Amino acid sequence: MRNLKSIVFVFCLAPLVAFASESAVTLDTAPIKPRDMASLQRGAQTFVNYCLSCHSADFMRYNRLRDLGLTESQISENLIFTGQKVGELMTVAMPKKEAKQWFGVAPPDLSVIARSRGPDWLYTYLRKFYRDDSTATGWNNLVFDKAAMPHVLYELQGEQILDVKSEDDGHGGTHEIKELTLAKPGSLSKTEYDAYVADLVNFLVYLGEPAANKRVQIGIIVMLFLFLMLVLTYALKKEYWKDVH
Amino acid sequence: MSKRLDAMIGWIDARFPLTANWRAHLSEYYAPKNFNFWYYFGSLAMLVLVNQLLTGIFLTMNYKPDASMAFASVEYIMRDVNYGWIIRYMHSTGASMFFVVVYLHMFRGMMYGSYRKPRELLWVIGMGIFFVLMMLAFTGYILPWGQMSYWGAQVIISMIGAIPVIGQTLSNWILGDFMLSDAALNRFFAYHVVTLPGLLVVLVVVHILALHEVGSNNPDGIEIKANKDPVTHIPVDGIPFHPYYSVKDIFGVVVFLIVFTGIIFFMPEMGGYFLEYNNFIPANTLQTPDHIAPVWYFTPYYSMLRAVTVNFLWIDAKLWGIVLMGGSVAIFALLPWLDRSPVKSIRYKGPIFKFALTLFVISVLVLGWLGTKSPTPLYTLLAQIFTVIYFAFFILMPWYSKIDKTKPEPTRVR
Amino acid sequence: MVKFFYEFFWKSKSENGTANMADIEKKEGMNSRRRFLLAATSVAGGIATVAVATPFVMSMMPSERAKAAGAPVEVDISKVEPGMLLLVEWRGKVVWVLNRTQDMLATLPKLDNQVADPKSEKDQQPKYAQNETRSIKPAVLVVEGVCTHLGCSPVFRKDVAPADLGPDWLGGFFCPCHGSKFDLAGRVYKAVPAPTNLVVPPHMYLSDTRLLVGSDKESA
Repeated sequence: MRNLKSIVFVFCLAPLVAFASESAVTLDTAPIKPRDMASLQRGAQTFVNYCLSCHSADFMRYNRLRDLGLTESQISENLIFTGQKVGELMTVAMPKKEAKQWFGVAPPDLSVIARSRGPDWLYTYLRKFYRDDSTATGWNNLVFDKAAMPHVLYELQGEQILDVKSEDDGHGGTHEIKELTLAKPGSLSKTEYDAYVADLVNFLVYLGEPAANKRVQIGIIVMLFLFLMLVLTYALKKEYWKDVH
Repeated sequence: MSKRLDAMIGWIDARFPLTANWRAHLSEYYAPKNFNFWYYFGSLAMLVLVNQLLTGIFLTMNYKPDASMAFASVEYIMRDVNYGWIIRYMHSTGASMFFVVVYLHMFRGMMYGSYRKPRELLWVIGMGIFFVLMMLAFTGYILPWGQMSYWGAQVIISMIGAIPVIGQTLSNWILGDFMLSDAALNRFFAYHVVTLPGLLVVLVVVHILALHEVGSNNPDGIEIKANKDPVTHIPVDGIPFHPYYSVKDIFGVVVFLIVFTGIIFFMPEMGGYFLEYNNFIPANTLQTPDHIAPVWYFTPYYSMLRAVTVNFLWIDAKLWGIVLMGGSVAIFALLPWLDRSPVKSIRYKGPIFKFALTLFVISVLVLGWLGTKSPTPLYTLLAQIFTVIYFAFFILMPWYSKIDKTKPEPTRVR
Repeated sequence: MVKFFYEFFWKSKSENGTANMADIEKKEGMNSRRRFLLAATSVAGGIATVAVATPFVMSMMPSERAKAAGAPVEVDISKVEPGMLLLVEWRGKVVWVLNRTQDMLATLPKLDNQVADPKSEKDQQPKYAQNETRSIKPAVLVVEGVCTHLGCSPVFRKDVAPADLGPDWLGGFFCPCHGSKFDLAGRVYKAVPAPTNLVVPPHMYLSDTRLLVGSDKESA
């Protein structure tokens, strides 16, 4: 494309060009606890059981999960179902081409999904699925309209349905309010499901940057040392500059 | 022991100007004694340069400049390479800090008239460094091959295609392909790792040689060489760089490192400004992200690029945008000849210059902020207004610097 | 050394007699406080330099990917018949698992005076392989198939007294590159180019039929 104006125009249209568009829904704050090992372990379990069959985590090695306080044998016994070795990467069996045929789009790799989407988006997304007979999977999502992903966790959350209300917007027009209500309960209560998803999102944040906790630890030591250096170098400077008038 | 080392130095000195250079550039290089906060940024820029070179070398040990492997290799560095994440964050934070430091360094020059005679060439060399730095940033940002890497580069490349007559061929030549692809990635890697750093180091050496030839300016804008001790011939307001400024700059380095490591260890993404969120999505040539913005340090220029919406004369708006964008950087180089004031430093300039410089700073900040936003009609209007103010600062300078009411410069520094 | 630096950096005069630090210093002089601060800052700076260098140096050690690729290899030896040689790969190297028959084991003491290091005194094997059979289980030899001369892969010659190796050959390994010979415990013969016995890699048995090559501790 040569015309800069049309480039800018296309960028403005890009949201429509994308396979599915996203509505501006207020995101709930995800309660992330990066040092809660129990939560991270539960999240890892959920991830491996529910997500890893379609999504890969191609950049994550199974044995890195030792970060969560697990031993290599615990990891291979409880978290590897594919016969892979504990030093291997968390790849997925589903080939990308077939996945595209079945779902319309290959399920994206989740290694750094928490760094691109952010934990709040993921936390809200995983709790805003609702039944929608007009889609291929029978599911839709308030955060990601016409998402190709079905509600994998529906047995736990239950089934929600969409309720659209029209409200007077005070300027002579109306605007829509979208609400979800639980039509069929799942095996977990609302608070239990929220905590379940929080654990999973906690794990996804860890998955995005496994070195995060170490980073902060080292950072504190570096800071303390630098403040010591600050005092020393300031005193040194002052001492020499006594000469200068 | 001291005698033997003396002899060793003597042996070297007979074959290489070691002691002579030590004296000329450090122990007997006399710098004004009134350097303030704004004078830290030159040495800090050198520190950041060393950081980029060192971390860059180590990143090249593991990075793969291939479209199918680049993104994965960066995650490999972040996860599988021991302490790879530290090296990566040092490099990404360093890139942004390079611009912070260099912008402040340039601003010092604007305030104190460091570009004035006899330092015009020094300033022009500095602009050369700035240009090379921008190319380094552009070629470097493409390397992770994320969505922003790809699409940000795509936008800039399409500008080259906009040049009349030769544009498309030039674009194909630069890319090595008909569109942005692996061919471009690989060669931009070569530019980023070999060509541009080499050029940059040479320019920095030349920059310092040029500085030492004429001597440093100072916040009062007066020439300390005009006032030398009759016996020693040392400027009375000068002090040897070593030990006074070596010791002072080490303190400056520590303060900088506190900020630098604060970012690296506690907020390396800097809210998406240093490491953009969309760049954690692998490049998808078929899908543009909703919102493309260049990295923060390019946003003012991006604003100006988008601000031109009318065709003017026989050149269309798009090309004007490119001209303006290039012009906004190039015009800095003309400062030595635009500033007609009888005094160098803002301390002795009048209210017009102070007002103009303030407006200029505001326009840069506003244009930068606008560059991160989608171009709505209101924002485009604002960008147009502030682009005019930005250029007016330079274009009107020969006039307002002459009529401005200046104060008399002192003979000794304050 | 400190004195040298002091004199070089502080006292040197330039040729045309312009002032040096010593002149300015006469106002204050190098005093004990200055010396202390210099020393303290230098020590802190030295620590900082080591600290900064550490991640760079460590980043060059084998990455997790390299370690995973070089991870220990599990071998099922239940299918290895007596007299049979199995070849596995570990860390890019050939490793032989040889199930020796009683006859094969009997050849070893006979060759004690023909091999250069009969008691495996040189450090070519872990402690548990420093014995007559150079192995944990007497019958099963686990050894790297890499000639200790220049790295070729020797050939398994279990045939006794063949024409090319002579009547004294009781079975072993022969390296075609430069003619080095090793017995059925990987011990190197005297007067051949190779200097030492074949290397026994770390290994352990997870069970009677599961051999783990490349590790002799339970991985955590």
